[in-house]
Amino acid sequence: MTTKSQAVLNWIDERFPLTSSIKGHLTEYYAPKNFNFWYFFGSLALLVLVIQILTGIFLVMHYKPDASLNAAGVPVAFASVEYIMREVPGGWLIRYLHSTGASAFFIVVYLHMFRGLLYGSYRKPRELIWIFGTLIFLVLMAEAFMGYLLPWGQMSFWGAQVIVNLFSAIPVIGPDLSLVIRGDFVVSDATLNRFFSFHVIAVPLVLIGLVAAHIIALHEVGSNNPDGVEIKKKKDANGIPLDGIPFHPYYTVKDIVGVVAFLFFFSAVVFFAPEGGGYFLEFNNFIPADPLKTPPHIAPVWYFTPFYSILRAVTYPLFGLDAKFWGVVAMGASVVIIAFLPWLDRSPVKSVRYKGPIFKIALVIFVICFFILGYLGVLPPTPGRTLVSQICSVLYFAFFLLMPWYSKLDKCKAEPERVNFK
Amino acid sequence: MSVDQKMDSSRRTLLLATSAAGGVAAVATAVPFVASLTPSERAKAAGAPVEVDVGKLAPGEMMTVEWRGKPVWILRRTPEMLASLDKTDANVTDPASDEPQQPDYAKNKHRSIKPEYLVTVGICTHLGCSPSEKFKVGAESGMGADWPGGFLCPCHGSIFDLAGRVYKSMPAPTNLEIPPHQYLADTTILVGDDGKA
Repeated sequence: MTTKSQAVLNWIDERFPLTSSIKGHLTEYYAPKNFNFWYFFGSLALLVLVIQILTGIFLVMHYKPDASLNAAGVPVAFASVEYIMREVPGGWLIRYLHSTGASAFFIVVYLHMFRGLLYGSYRKPRELIWIFGTLIFLVLMAEAFMGYLLPWGQMSFWGAQVIVNLFSAIPVIGPDLSLVIRGDFVVSDATLNRFFSFHVIAVPLVLIGLVAAHIIALHEVGSNNPDGVEIKKKKDANGIPLDGIPFHPYYTVKDIVGVVAFLFFFSAVVFFAPEGGGYFLEFNNFIPADPLKTPPHIAPVWYFTPFYSILRAVTYPLFGLDAKFWGVVAMGASVVIIAFLPWLDRSPVKSVRYKGPIFKIALVIFVICFFILGYLGVLPPTPGRTLVSQICSVLYFAFFLLMPWYSKLDKCKAEPERVNFK
Repeated sequence: MSVDQKMDSSRRTLLLATSAAGGVAAVATAVPFVASLTPSERAKAAGAPVEVDVGKLAPGEMMTVEWRGKPVWILRRTPEMLASLDKTDANVTDPASDEPQQPDYAKNKHRSIKPEYLVTVGICTHLGCSPSEKFKVGAESGMGADWPGGFLCPCHGSIFDLAGRVYKSMPAPTNLEIPPHQYLADTTILVGDDGKA
């Protein structure tokens, strides 16, 4: 570095921790050297967040959150989305990037969470990272749900109607709470405008704050790895973990490979199947919202369906409160329970590599149940399907609630001293 | 600790009092923000009653009108449809309409003023979807061979009979809501105003 640029850097460093931040988070942040492909999904989630924010900024320039009917009798909001798709130069691409990005976000985040399950990334000392992560997931669901109302199609409208009415199931405060959420007695222009405000300002701010907390907490304790052993236990004379490598350039370069592979699939969907077979953009949402007519079959977007199935699975009233309330409680609990994993897992080892057969079987059953619940959530209910979703819901909760016992009983292998690396 | 570094407890009390007052002010400031989320005066005023002419409705036919942004169904029931209510009595949660889901003048077997015309809010009491009509009887309806006609909510599968009474063990907890209404003439219904409120 020339003396002049060094002088500029010094000038900045005396006023702002630039060099030390770059060192602390990139060039001298030591990550375990044995990351595999599962470790792509954290940085990919960050990439999708950037895609969503950038495309969102440009969509807001043309979108109008207005439920009133235009001269042609079409809701203004719905018409403005069509306008973006048909008349704004490049608008179709920006919108498809945003709508595909929403589904991609959940795919990436689900895989990122599954990685945590596999390798015990939630275990001590990473409990707070995991809790921040669960909060990110919750906030992301709110963000996606509110965004889905904006095109003001049939699915937007009736999906919002159903979910907002969930809150009215809460005893005493419920009806007033759903009134405050809607701002009207039905889902209306007031609802559309406040969801727009939340979707573009409030929730993204919270999301970015939580992502920052997630990463700061991670960089405080250091990354876990597929072997689940702490690399900070074995350090060289300079205090650098023996199995650690600087995040930059090693993992920045590796993550670029992940980014390229991701963008390959992402672009394929954006250009060739932006509707995702009716799962990323539901066909009924190409019909403008009609408050008088529910589509014959309504289902949430695919990423909500496992939780939606759990909601539908509860059909018995309990303690004098009706089934609707307990359905809401079960759905909420199915997400919140994830945050308690650090204290539910009593296994002596972190990684699935050294865990015994009971955990492996439990994990397989859990994943199968999650997929079945997701599949049933897009289908209309029948008595048979309800029974299957009830069984899967019980198994879903059993994975978490029985973990303190089965994780202790399990026959684990001994963890290695150092990470495995070929 | 030397004498001059000792905590001045009167200052500390003042500090706490100021913080408490500031906290109260902050909470008070939140009031208009929360209030702004509740329905506006315009939204509250939008609930004007709707006058409907049901003269052209054929027996067995249903029409939908909008009242307070919600669908209100008016179904002209045939004698067979009314007779089906006897059959469903045993299968519904609240056959006598004990839950306050209707004005007193509709708290009867057919849940209406005139037995022939059912006036009900077409919103499922579960999560607010609008149920679809399944008026065809028997296997043809796709609802099973002994289906007497009624409504099916597409969202979570709640079923209702032709008086809007919910079947047992359904997600929906209560019967469909009967709005306040009155007959202005023989075939003219005013939905949303029964002249009593």
